[in-house]
Amino acid sequence: MRNRRRLETLIERLIEGVVWFCGISAIVFVALIFIFVFREGAGYLFKGLNLREFLTSPEWYPTSAANKRYGVLALIAGTFSVTALAMMIAVPFGLGAAIFISEFCGAKVKETLKVVIELLAAIPSVVWGFIGLTVMNPVIIEVFHAPIGLTVLNGGIILALMSVPIIVSIGEDSLKAVPDSYREAAQALGCTRWQLVFRVLLPAAKNGLLAAVLLGIGRGVGETMAVLMATGHAVNLPTSLLDSVRTLTATIAAELGEAPVGSEHYQVLFIIGILLFTITFIVNLVADLVVRGIRGK
Amino acid sequence: MRSKNSGGRQMAAIAAVVLFALLGCGGGGNGEKLTIQNAGSDTMVNLAQHWAEVYAKIDTTVSVEVSGGGSGTGIAALINGTVDLANSSRKIHADESERARSNTGSVPVEYIVGYDALAVYVHKDNPLEEITLEQLAEIYGTGGTITAWSQLGVNNAGCAKDEIIRVSRQSNSGTYEYFREAISHAKGQSLDFKLGSVDMNGSKDVVELVAKTPCAIGYSGMGYATPQVKMLRVTRKAGEPAYAPTVATTQDQTYPIARPLYMYAPGSPRPHVQRFLDWIHSEAGQKLVEESGYVPIPHTAASENAGNP
Repeated sequence: MRNRRRLETLIERLIEGVVWFCGISAIVFVALIFIFVFREGAGYLFKGLNLREFLTSPEWYPTSAANKRYGVLALIAGTFSVTALAMMIAVPFGLGAAIFISEFCGAKVKETLKVVIELLAAIPSVVWGFIGLTVMNPVIIEVFHAPIGLTVLNGGIILALMSVPIIVSIGEDSLKAVPDSYREAAQALGCTRWQLVFRVLLPAAKNGLLAAVLLGIGRGVGETMAVLMATGHAVNLPTSLLDSVRTLTATIAAELGEAPVGSEHYQVLFIIGILLFTITFIVNLVADLVVRGIRGK
Repeated sequence: MRSKNSGGRQMAAIAAVVLFALLGCGGGGNGEKLTIQNAGSDTMVNLAQHWAEVYAKIDTTVSVEVSGGGSGTGIAALINGTVDLANSSRKIHADESERARSNTGSVPVEYIVGYDALAVYVHKDNPLEEITLEQLAEIYGTGGTITAWSQLGVNNAGCAKDEIIRVSRQSNSGTYEYFREAISHAKGQSLDFKLGSVDMNGSKDVVELVAKTPCAIGYSGMGYATPQVKMLRVTRKAGEPAYAPTVATTQDQTYPIARPLYMYAPGSPRPHVQRFLDWIHSEAGQKLVEESGYVPIPHTAASENAGNP
């Protein structure tokens, strides 16, 4: 009996140690990745790169024979336009679906929908990109009489479809986390279902829902393969939804492979990586602050 | 799609390596097997694998290990001294050659192993039949003024807004650099591409996009042609006869945008590498060039070129 207890304590300690190690190693890995990305880009970032031109010029000519220019404004604009459109589509649909699944549908429909949405989340991004390239391109040309279908619109729709599962599953979780006593109290006061959702559940689950949206944005900013194939990969400051654009991530994916290691071009691609790191860091920080409710104070 | 392709190539490369390893074990007995590391150009990777497979049967003492990654990658490996032969669909730059010399101690040696004609593709319903290099420079190059199909004198009914959609390649592919130089040459000044071209990641993607986009024009290797696209006849100057990209027009140099495909060795090649290069330049090796959709070196030139760059 005593031996058994001792063994149990030992196993518990061991598991504790493993969990601790996993937690710490996550921090170590993130730190190492950041150090690596920073080290590869740092040389040119501090010596040679005109940071103002980098951030404000849309001229991206990394391999020009006469005059190399590294301006990422058009790439930033591309990333933000596609992400913004995707969120405009995905947030209402995602939150709507989350509310429907958690409050309005029966058990059977709920299970089916959850499985289908998880399947949607499991489709690899390269497949989404392929759909954008081969299916949506001719459709957009046909419907909008556009010269080309690889546009902000195409990328936005594809990204929205990719973000919806995240928004739905986290949104549904946070709605489920609202205690049933809130629902019972509201019903006891004679609320309709809509009043219950809008006046009670949404305010109560606010933090979780905002976190869902921000994670969706994170996915939008970081997605690479699908936008590479669906947006046309054109260096362009978009003026309409039917313009082709290029994103920061897609630029790294397309060009890093052939940029000679250590060259200016190579280092600038890593500086774009640092920029992306900064953007996702800000998004995550905002998400974190929101979840902690600091925003409300 | 690119990743799928290169995945397939990688698989093929691994399979080839495994196969060679097995052959090596089976035929062992007379010492170690010599290997030739061969890397570079995506355009050439299928051709290079074709060579490696056939050569394995001819010379069982040598195995050729092929990987792709792009011309830049191949030349980077040449500079680092990790390959015996680097494939490149563009000429090595002077500074790259210099870096290779200071790194490895010898100047890279250049071999032309075949030719590739760059075809200019449009949608199959586009009424345009031929184009001049100057027009291409006006369409693609900085400062160019052609933006509409009507400026080329055609009524492209399938294209709603008459706008020319330029399809290009990612900025560090050998194909991109070659095409940029070709249009720069036509204008007599160094040009960049206009910003806003739709840049695809592979030769095949360019043709697929043009096939689905009536407003588009694009350039890619002639081996990628499909029935959904049309290859334009190209002429150097307005008024001169235009030629379609074929083996014959590439060999007699009447087709204006054909480029050599190169292999670079770090310094003069060791004997077994030299034997492989000689075989590539032989009739048997050049036959595989044509089978892979590219243009073999014209016969007389091939015999001059063999082992004597």
